[in-house]
Amino acid sequence: MAYSEKLLDHYENPRNVGSFDKNETAVGTGLVGAPACGDVMKLQIRVSADGIIEDAKFKTFGCGSAIASSSLITEWVKGKTIAEAGAIKNSQIAEELALPPVKIHCSILAEDAIKAAISDYNTKNGKAEVEAAE
Amino acid sequence: MNELKAKPIYLDYQATTPTDPRVVDAMLPYFYEKFGNAHSRNHSFGWEAEDAIELARGQVATIIGASPKEVIFTSGATESNNLALKGVMKFYGKKKPHLITTVTEHKCVLDSARHLEQEGYKVTYLPVQQNGLVDLEQLKAAITDETALVSIMAVHNEIGVIQPLKEIGEICRERGVFFHCDAAQAVGKIPLDVNDMKIDLMSISGHKIYGPKGVGALFVRRRPRVRVVAQITGGGQERGMRSGTLPTPLIVGLGKACDIALNEMAEENARIMELRNYTLNRFRERLADIYLNGDEENRVAGNLNISFAYVEGESLLMGIKNIAVSSGSACTSASLEPSYVLRALGVDEELAHTSLRIGIGRFTTREELDQAVDAICNEVERLREMSPLWEMAQEGIDIKSIEWAEH
Repeated sequence: MAYSEKLLDHYENPRNVGSFDKNETAVGTGLVGAPACGDVMKLQIRVSADGIIEDAKFKTFGCGSAIASSSLITEWVKGKTIAEAGAIKNSQIAEELALPPVKIHCSILAEDAIKAAISDYNTKNGKAEVEAAE
Repeated sequence: MNELKAKPIYLDYQATTPTDPRVVDAMLPYFYEKFGNAHSRNHSFGWEAEDAIELARGQVATIIGASPKEVIFTSGATESNNLALKGVMKFYGKKKPHLITTVTEHKCVLDSARHLEQEGYKVTYLPVQQNGLVDLEQLKAAITDETALVSIMAVHNEIGVIQPLKEIGEICRERGVFFHCDAAQAVGKIPLDVNDMKIDLMSISGHKIYGPKGVGALFVRRRPRVRVVAQITGGGQERGMRSGTLPTPLIVGLGKACDIALNEMAEENARIMELRNYTLNRFRERLADIYLNGDEENRVAGNLNISFAYVEGESLLMGIKNIAVSSGSACTSASLEPSYVLRALGVDEELAHTSLRIGIGRFTTREELDQAVDAICNEVERLREMSPLWEMAQEGIDIKSIEWAEH
């Protein structure tokens, strides 16, 4: 299977690998996927007082496309507001990395992960669920 | 990753093997100088080809302890398996419509069985034990008066386990049931004797034993006689069981490959076994949480199938591009299912996604294995640092205690 250069770059040099303390109030954690399906993504965001995502980290168990999708989305969400980050679509990730059709689910998982992280942050901070989905 | 830009290392000997140069040398004259049709009975070109084919038939028969008259040539083990299952069931099926096989057989056996089921035959798919071996008591219990055939492979293509052939043969003979054995991965790798093991049909592949692709053989016992309905009809070659002009060069190559394998098996196995144990030990010394799939004792020398927990197989393969191994997780294909074989052993689905098959063979060197072990271990360590499951395991969280959303 021929992968795009961007995908290979994110796989070989993943950005923002790591973890924040999930108990911190400013941190939102999303854990999506399932080991039995061969994909688990953990995506974390640290949000400033004015609602900007200052930093993001991920850890992923999954194929190269899953690793690249999560690496890419951590880059994209940094500096965005929660609402902007929640509006990222899986199709944008798939397009950027030129994912082959059998790997589209990896980009869906990345979208689910950021939404789950935002939802966790909002719950922790007593904010009403921001309707991130379309 | 970058230090391995050099020559790729081939560690996938269960997928196929390179043709031994001695085999190629034996084949070459039969492409041009000695190109006759073995079925031409009235000139020397035909006789020459026929002599070469009969020599090869003898070489194939010798390595499995059969008579040359019991060996017919096919296009490969897939065709042999098709002919054995469909041919026997269609001949005996009126009175005995029942076939027994196992859930971990090669796809070509399972698919032949499915086709037979669609035509109304009854098929029992025996489970295997956690070590990959058939439970002989379950086999005994599955045989009925309607059973015509038991089909069980000798050496497994994914996990390398060796089934108790002699015991299976005893059970089948006692109950008057034919025993077909897919020996594609076994010929030349373990000693085989169709009489001692009471095997009635045996499938053989050329390209798994350093012979050419596109040729195989089927052993069909003469005493007691086994009848099969031909699946390819025509000129009635191969005693009517398989029509078609015999491919002389390929058959010469298969014969030569069997001859070499028989002569060198003991020495070659000792060398490969030593390399395999060395490799497994090096993995175990360096990495925690790795698991060998399939029985460690009853196992062909050249096979390792290892789960590297917390690391997904396809991402691991991507990181070791210059090492040709096979992933147990089928994520590389369109299906996202992990190996049906590993699941049949009761390997947890998450572990089934983390396995690699490493095949060691005739031309593998210790240096190649050293490079492969280093590269695989480096990549496993890199990916574990990136794995949320590894992180949880280090924190003492049982990943089975989490409610995952299956997708």
